[in-house]
Amino acid sequence: MGALQGHACIVGIGNTPYRRGTDGPVDTPLRIELEACEAAIADAGLRPSEIDGILPFYGLSIAEVLAVNLGVEDLKYQATSHVGGAGPGASLANAAMAIDAGLASHVLIPGGWYGFSGRRVRQIVVQDPNSMSGGTNARDFYFPFGLTAPVQWFSFIARWHMNEFGTKPEHLGAVAITQRKHAQRNPNALMNGKPLSMDDYLASPMISDPYRLFDCSLEADGGAAFVVTGLERARDLQQPPVKLLGVAQGQPYPADDIVTRDDVFQLGLTSAAPRAFEMAGITPQDVDFAEIYDPFTFQVIQQLEEMGFCKRGEGGPFVEDGRIELGGELPVNTHGGLLSEAHVLGMNHFVEAVRQLRGEAGERQVEHAEVGIVTGFGDFGDGAVAVLGL
Amino acid sequence: MTREAAEYQKPLPVMEGMTKEFYENCSRGELCFQRCSGCEKLRHVPTLRCASCGSWQWEWSPSTGRGELVTWTVVRRPMHPEFSDDVPYAPAVIELDDGVRMVSWVVDCPPEELCAGMPVEVVFDDVTDEVTLPKFRRVTS
Repeated sequence: MGALQGHACIVGIGNTPYRRGTDGPVDTPLRIELEACEAAIADAGLRPSEIDGILPFYGLSIAEVLAVNLGVEDLKYQATSHVGGAGPGASLANAAMAIDAGLASHVLIPGGWYGFSGRRVRQIVVQDPNSMSGGTNARDFYFPFGLTAPVQWFSFIARWHMNEFGTKPEHLGAVAITQRKHAQRNPNALMNGKPLSMDDYLASPMISDPYRLFDCSLEADGGAAFVVTGLERARDLQQPPVKLLGVAQGQPYPADDIVTRDDVFQLGLTSAAPRAFEMAGITPQDVDFAEIYDPFTFQVIQQLEEMGFCKRGEGGPFVEDGRIELGGELPVNTHGGLLSEAHVLGMNHFVEAVRQLRGEAGERQVEHAEVGIVTGFGDFGDGAVAVLGL
Repeated sequence: MTREAAEYQKPLPVMEGMTKEFYENCSRGELCFQRCSGCEKLRHVPTLRCASCGSWQWEWSPSTGRGELVTWTVVRRPMHPEFSDDVPYAPAVIELDDGVRMVSWVVDCPPEELCAGMPVEVVFDDVTDEVTLPKFRRVTS
């Protein structure tokens, strides 16, 4: 059992409504991040000035600016992880270490962006190659060939998997349809009120073969944040503590290039998951629900394989027949995920996991939810996974 | 075909350091990869230091330019405005006979005819006066 087990807790969560369209300036994410931070801090029963650690998401508002706007006069700890959507998971480890070492007591992990109304990911990637792609490698050896956006990079891995293992479009569709079903029970999901059938899925326009429109996550304006404290402190606050039981991060090798990998399906998560599970003292069978970072449908299949929920190559059949639906063996993305709730940098996956463990997920509550996992996925396959429990 | 740089608006590699050398080789009609002077291992994309043996010395080693198509995507909705006119186009992963894999573009092949294992060979496209991009076409013989 690792030194982190059980000592750090998520004590406050907050999010904004998720929208596609926002009034007012959208050139920086500060406003929507602050709204989410205020909500998370209030949920914890704290005042903003009590925050003493801030771990910003790479490329969004910096700690200094967040601190000024929150009235944090004594910021004792800050750090940023450059691993894209794996950042929040990596930051959770950082928060736990800072708290354990006595460097900070109330750590804020903020997130939010105008991903629909501001710069889209496809623009950010090309304008700032260091922000979420393989740095100069992508700029010099991918972009000239028109491989300029995540939908294009990850679709050719899906094609590779289809060629090698016989994975079918219907398997990708099963992920889209399941998560869309979950969104029908989530009033804050952008796709609430818009169910999806396999016919709808297969008929949707092809974006970058094999990725269709409904294989792609929802560019959105939204913010989500959470607050972490130690267990002792958590017990004094107003919410039931959600404990960090295990956490780990990893990167595929090489991290800055996809095509030259010896094992092209390996993710950072492949090495991180066993470490996080061991730290938490669990196996995949003990997981009651999984919030899996889902920029596209195939990434859910791939992460389930890499975490050991099924064998490499068997992820397609694994997601069929209701296995990953609410009420099934392993509910995945109970809120609809990035695919059907909104793309909020994976921060919304942490918020949902905490709601599930607190028993506050309403119509989408997983029965007897005691242990859940949240994954992060960033850049060219960096990964993080957190095991949360009561 | 050489076009004026001002007419070509697609993203270009930044011509510095090892990237510059790689693409200058392409301008001369040579597809070359780094071969480590310490352990002889071939590598791509260019790195300063060999991850296998730690050597900082290398030479540019010419490839036959022949290989096969490993995977691809067919872009049907452009994500970058400068590629709108090319849609549908197929960025691809090619594995050269010498074992190196690279991203490129298959030319002159309808997307429906792409298949894993298809033999391909390099062709050079002088997209600007300064930059030549290595692309691939089906081997017909």
